[in-house]
Amino acid sequence: MLLMNEMQDKAKLIRRHIIKMIAEANSGHPGGSLSATDIITVLYFHVLHHDPKNPLWPDRDRFVLSKGHAAPALYAALAESGYFPIEELMTLRKTNSRMQGHCDVMTTPGIETSSGPLGQGLSFGIGCALAARLDGKKYYTYVLLGDGECDEGQVWEAAMAAAHFKLDNLIAIIDRNGIQLDGWTKDIMNSEPLDEKWRAFGWHVIVVDGHDIYKLEIAFDEAKMIKGKPVMIIANTVKGKGVSFMENKAEFHGKPPTKDQAEKALKELE
Amino acid sequence: MCAESSMREAYGKTLVELGRENKDIVVLDADLSQSTQTFMFAKEYPNRFFDCGIAEQNMMGIAAGLAASGKTAFASTFAVFASSRCFDQVRWSIAQPHRNVKIVATHAGITVGEDGASHQAIEDLSLMCALPGFTVICPADAIETAQAVRAAAADVGPYYIRLPRLKSAVLYGDDYQFVKDKAMMMREGKDATIIAIGLMVERALQAADELAKEDINVGVMNMHTVKPLDSKAVIKAARETGAIVTVEEHVRQGGLGSRVAQIVAEYAPVPMSIIAIADCYCSSGKPEELLELQGLTAANIIEKTRKLVQKKPKPRGASGWVF
Repeated sequence: MLLMNEMQDKAKLIRRHIIKMIAEANSGHPGGSLSATDIITVLYFHVLHHDPKNPLWPDRDRFVLSKGHAAPALYAALAESGYFPIEELMTLRKTNSRMQGHCDVMTTPGIETSSGPLGQGLSFGIGCALAARLDGKKYYTYVLLGDGECDEGQVWEAAMAAAHFKLDNLIAIIDRNGIQLDGWTKDIMNSEPLDEKWRAFGWHVIVVDGHDIYKLEIAFDEAKMIKGKPVMIIANTVKGKGVSFMENKAEFHGKPPTKDQAEKALKELE
Repeated sequence: MCAESSMREAYGKTLVELGRENKDIVVLDADLSQSTQTFMFAKEYPNRFFDCGIAEQNMMGIAAGLAASGKTAFASTFAVFASSRCFDQVRWSIAQPHRNVKIVATHAGITVGEDGASHQAIEDLSLMCALPGFTVICPADAIETAQAVRAAAADVGPYYIRLPRLKSAVLYGDDYQFVKDKAMMMREGKDATIIAIGLMVERALQAADELAKEDINVGVMNMHTVKPLDSKAVIKAARETGAIVTVEEHVRQGGLGSRVAQIVAEYAPVPMSIIAIADCYCSSGKPEELLELQGLTAANIIEKTRKLVQKKPKPRGASGWVF
């Protein structure tokens, strides 16, 4: 278990990996990777029971990155956990790489399912959670969604079903960075009030600062105490968090930094 | 061929047997369990049955998650929903990760009848065959359905099994042995081979009987597994009989005819006739009347086969065929 300052250092390291990987690939999604970094760091270095040497350990907690374009953040966390060599991160998006542009369960150790087409991860997570119940297993299933992703109808089909099946072994997180590809979510397709929507669908909802590692840890602790219903942690985040000129900029949803921008970003993340 | 057999009922009963034999069999449905017959399993094993409501996209994702956690997941709904409503979910949550999900889709084709074009899956084979790694099966009677479902359960990977609403003739006895990837030769012939699937197999057999009276001897092949296609059987039939007719309750593009034609064109070019639904949506009506409108009848198979046999090039001594 890492101390608080070590967790913060780990998150910063993951952000550095993200910038380097995407700059090297000259393509990718920095904004949503950086907004999800603290959530993913807390999951991989505090919450999840997992074994990097045995990625298919049957009793592992499952983590599903439904917003598959944030793959660089997950790859960095997996590499830092020891699933594969850190050097491999720099092959992101290259031919024959195990670091595909979006999550691919067939190529990357530690990935639970392929994602990319938005809206599919929560349904998959329900299947994992139902299987755990059938088999009497104690593992939890965690699913990370984007707030823009909540535009997808399938998310709400899954929202209804998870509550219907009373899945208290399913914990979802929304990386609410407020921006989707075309602009602010409130302007493109307003999904607010998200907390009231999920509550109305039968979920226990926790709203938390998605960049406060301590508060995120507390939120996950609380989530595991809830019985009889699934839990949604709405994490308020900043798109592009940690790099001043990327913060709250829709243009960095799917645009790589130039070489100069990458250097500047890495300086900010020292 | 007067006795009738229900493929859907065979599916429901087989699921119950499989559930008894294997505790890792789970079944999902999207509010159609009475029609798909999964209700039989639900009654026996309520804990392993998940009705997902009218939400097919979510159902396919849940099935994928269950499969990823060691379950063999059967997911059922009408073919029109199973194939096109949730194609993206089937593509990325099931096909690409090669999940152990068996989609058993009922009410396929125009023989759904009165419900009309909205409920007639006529593009499903084309869609599902396009997915890398999928096995696609279209059984012809109840015995074959039961065995295909068992074969799917015994194998690891994604399957699409297509069943009609209508009953079929009884084609096989209990001694029948379904072998995936291996077409079932129902009748040998020398003048042409009719390759058919599903409800069209019995019509192909009727056509062959009638043609025999005119001294036209045609083979009939039940190509139950549309993907992977038994290309060896197709090549053999083309080389030995010199003409191929295909019959399917599906649009012309991308189904059985297209897939057979790819093999014939590449490895054994012979004249072909593809009997299928025209490039259009159909309408409400009695199943037999709709089949008649689309030429999916023994009479049309007879006519097309007769013409094709007449068109065949004549053999020219030992040097082979003249084209």
